[in-house]
Amino acid sequence: MSMELNSREPGGPIEKQWEKHRFEMKLVNPANKRKHTILVVGSGLAGGSAAASLAELGYNVKCFCFQDSPRRAHSIAAQGGINAAKNYQNDGDSIYRLFYDTVKGGDFRSRESNTYRLAEISLNIIDQCVAQGVPFAREYGGLLANRSFGGAQVSRTFYARGQTGQQLLLGAYQALERQVGLGRLKMIPRTEMLDLVVIDGKARGIVVRDLVTGAVTSHAGDAVVLASGGYGNVFYLSTNAKGSNCTAAWRAYKRGAAFANPCYTQIHPTCIPQSGEHQSKLTLMSESLRNDGRVWVPKQKDDKRPPNQIPHSERDYYLERRYPAFGNLVPRDVASRAAKKACDEGYGVGPGGLGVYLDFADAIKRLGEQTIRERYGNLFEMYERITDEDPYKVPMRIYPAVHYTMGGLWVDYNLMSTIPGLHVAGEANFSDHGANRLGASALMQGLADGYFIIPYTIGDYLATNTLEKVDESHAAFKEAERCVEERTRRLLSIDGKRTVDSFHRELGKVMWDYCGMARNEAGLKHALQRIPEIREEFWSNVNVPGSDAELNQALEKAGRVSDFLELGELIVRDALDRRESCGAHFREEFQTPDGEALRDDEHYAYVAAWEYKGDDNTPALHKEPLTYEYVHLAQRSYK
Amino acid sequence: MNLTLHVWRQAGATAEGKFEQYQARDVSPDMSFLEMLDVVNEGLIESGGSPIAFDSDCREGICGMCSLMINGVAHGPQRGTATCQLFMRHFKDGDVIYIEPWRSSAFPVVRDLVVDRSAFDRIIAAGGYITAPTGGARDANSILVAKTAVDNAMDAAACIGCGACVAACPNGSASLFTGAKVSHLGLLPQGQPERHRRVLEMVAQMDAEGFGNCTWHGECQAACPKEISIDVIARMNNDYLKAVLATKEKQNS
Repeated sequence: MSMELNSREPGGPIEKQWEKHRFEMKLVNPANKRKHTILVVGSGLAGGSAAASLAELGYNVKCFCFQDSPRRAHSIAAQGGINAAKNYQNDGDSIYRLFYDTVKGGDFRSRESNTYRLAEISLNIIDQCVAQGVPFAREYGGLLANRSFGGAQVSRTFYARGQTGQQLLLGAYQALERQVGLGRLKMIPRTEMLDLVVIDGKARGIVVRDLVTGAVTSHAGDAVVLASGGYGNVFYLSTNAKGSNCTAAWRAYKRGAAFANPCYTQIHPTCIPQSGEHQSKLTLMSESLRNDGRVWVPKQKDDKRPPNQIPHSERDYYLERRYPAFGNLVPRDVASRAAKKACDEGYGVGPGGLGVYLDFADAIKRLGEQTIRERYGNLFEMYERITDEDPYKVPMRIYPAVHYTMGGLWVDYNLMSTIPGLHVAGEANFSDHGANRLGASALMQGLADGYFIIPYTIGDYLATNTLEKVDESHAAFKEAERCVEERTRRLLSIDGKRTVDSFHRELGKVMWDYCGMARNEAGLKHALQRIPEIREEFWSNVNVPGSDAELNQALEKAGRVSDFLELGELIVRDALDRRESCGAHFREEFQTPDGEALRDDEHYAYVAAWEYKGDDNTPALHKEPLTYEYVHLAQRSYK
Repeated sequence: MNLTLHVWRQAGATAEGKFEQYQARDVSPDMSFLEMLDVVNEGLIESGGSPIAFDSDCREGICGMCSLMINGVAHGPQRGTATCQLFMRHFKDGDVIYIEPWRSSAFPVVRDLVVDRSAFDRIIAAGGYITAPTGGARDANSILVAKTAVDNAMDAAACIGCGACVAACPNGSASLFTGAKVSHLGLLPQGQPERHRRVLEMVAQMDAEGFGNCTWHGECQAACPKEISIDVIARMNNDYLKAVLATKEKQNS
C-alpha cells in the first residue's frame, strides 16, 4: 500500500480559500460535541490554545504535558515578538506582504495556501490576545507598539518586553485553566506520551507514562492533537528546554505518520557562545536586538585587542557590507552562515574564536542608555548573568545555535497527518515555514493552529467520519502498553558503563559537525554510518539507574535519547537526498559564486515526506510537489 | 573549585528524608548551579549511586520549573535570579552548600528536591483569567491602554510561578503569586468586568490550598527571581476589600 499525500488545498483564489473552506467544512451539533473526547499532547502555544478552544466549543478534552504545569511549555521562552499584518504603522504592510515575506523567507519551500492562511489569521491572533489581557507594549497614546524583525522591511512585530512568548503562553494557559475550573478540560501534567494507538486506520488514543509513579496507562479518544514541539535537542546543545524532545512525534511516525523535511533545522544567529564542556544548553539572545545592535568582527585576523580599542575603520560590519538593503536584519539562515564564515576564516572573537560582536554603542549614543534599557533591559541582564560582561559597556559576543525545526510531521491543509484523526500543530508539524522560519513567526503559527485552525478542522473530521466506539480495553491499547513497558524494561536492564548524557553529547556532536550550518555529501555519508554505531552502543552499554515504578529522570532521558538516535539518522538521510541548498539547508556543493544558497527548483521543489518501513528497513520517500501560483520563484536576495 | 554539598534526599512523598553529603570537584565558575548538579549526577550514575532528582526545563530563567533552596535562601544568593541562572562564580573554593526543596505544606515533596506546585494552577483556574473565548474579539487597537498601566501590568505579569515566594515566606503565603495575577489583570481595562469576582475566587482558593496569610515580612519580594514588588499584595488586599464591600451592598439591596 503506498502512502497518499493529499494536501487537500481548497483551490480557487488564494485570498478566498480559507473562507471557502471554513464554509464547506462540516459542523458538529453543539449537543454532540461533549460526546467526543479529544486528546491534546503538549500545552504550549499550539496545544494550550487548541485545548482551551476545543473545550470552549464543548468537546471533552484531555491535555497532557511532561512538565509539572502547562505553564512551563517551552513557548514561554520566546523573547522577541509575534508578527501580524495589522499595518498599524502605515508602512505598507498587508496580508499579502506577510504571506510573500514568509514564502520568500522560507526559500520557496512552503505550501502557498497554508502560508497565506497563516498571514490572514495573524490579525485575529493579536485581537484575541489583547482581549485576554496580554500586556503588549503600547505607545503613550495607548495604541499598540511594533518593532522590526529579520527578513522584513516593515514593522509588524508585536511584543511584551523581551517576554512575548511568556505572555502569550500565559494567555493560553489562563484560558486553559478557566476550562479546567469549569470542568470541561482535564489537565494531566507530569505525563509523557509514549505511543499512539491506531485502530482501523484511525488515531484512537495514546499510551502514556505517569512520570511520578511510573504507571503506564491508555487514553482513548476520537481524535488526537499532537502539539509536542520541535526536535532541536537532537543536537544536544540547542536553545530548547532540557525536556524538549521528539518522542511523541517519533512514535507517531513509527505508527504511520509521515515525517516531512526533517533536515530543515534552524540555526539562530544570536546566541551566547558555549563556555565549556559542562554546558547543558545554549541561550538565545532575541533577534529583536538586531534592530539596534550592529554585528561586526575585526578586519584583522586573530585580533586580540579588547573591542573598545578597535577603531571603527578596523571593524568589518560584514552584514551591512554584504547586504546593504537589509543590513543587520537579514533572515536567520543568512546571518548564521555569515557569522560561521567570518569565524571559519579566522576573524572570530572570544574563546576559541567562535563568536562575533553585537554592538550597541552607536544605538546608546543615538538613543540614550535609558531607551535601550527599556527595549532590551531583561535581555542585557540575562547576558550579564551568564557571561559576567556588561553589554552596556562592551559589545555582546554571539554565535549561532540550533533553535527551531521547520521539519516535522507531514500535515494537509486541515493540519491532519497521514493517519486520519491525528492532527499536528505548532512546531511539531512541518507546515508554513518552508526551509527557514522568519523571526516572530513561530508564536504566530502556534496560535494560528491552536486557536483558529484545529477547532474547525477537528469538527470537520468528526462530522465526516463514522467512529466505532472504542475504549481502553481494546486489544490495540493492550498491545501498545506492552510495547512501551517492554522498551522501558530493556532500557533498565542493559546496566552498561556509559550515561545517557554521554551518548546524547556524542550524537549531538556528529549532528552539529556533519549536519549543522553547512553540509556536504562526504560528511553526511560519514554521519549516516556513525549514528547507527552510536545507537548500537547505546542499546548495549547505556547505564540507566533506578526502576520503572518511580520518578526516574534518567529513564525519561534514556527514552528520549533512544528516539533522537533514530531521528538523527532520518535527518541526515533527508539532508543527503536534497542535493540543493535552500534556506537553513546549506549544501556546500550547491552555492552561488558569492556563497549564497543555490536552489534547484526543477528537481527539488517538493516536500520530502518519509514513511517508516520498519527498524531494519530504509524509510520510503514520498514527494509532495510544491507549485507557486502567486509568489514568483526567484533567488532570494537581501542585498 | 571544590565544594561540599549537603543535599536533601527523600524517596517519595511519604518517605522520611535526610541530608546526604556529596563532593563536587573541579567546578568551573562558568557553570550554572544546575550544570554543577548535572556533573554530580553523572558521577553518581557512573559509581552506581542514585542521581538527585530536581526540576528544571528552560534553563534560561523563564519557565519557573527550577526550585532550589540554597543555603536557606530560595534560588540562592544572587538577587533577582532563578536557580538555573545562578552561576558558580558566586561561590568559592571550599564552600559548604545546603540544598533543599521548597518547604511548604501546600507544596508536598514528590522526590528529593522536586515538589508538587499544582496548587498554583488551581488558584489560576479559580479566577486568574479574563473570560475571552476564542473568536469574536474586536480590533486590538480599539482598546486603548495607557502606557503606565500596561507597564505596571507587565511588571506583575512577569511572575514565572516558581513558588520561591511561598518557600521564602515564614507563613508559607502565596500572596505575592496571587497578588501578581490579580494586579496584572486588574490594571488593564479588559480585566475590569471580572475584577471583584476574580479576587474573591482566587483568594478563597489560595486559603483552601493551605497557604498561610501575609503578615508583611517582605521575604517574598526579596526571593522573587523577577523582583515582583509586594505592592501587588497591597493591590490585591485593596481589591479584596472593595469586592467584599460590593458583595455586601448587593446582598443588602
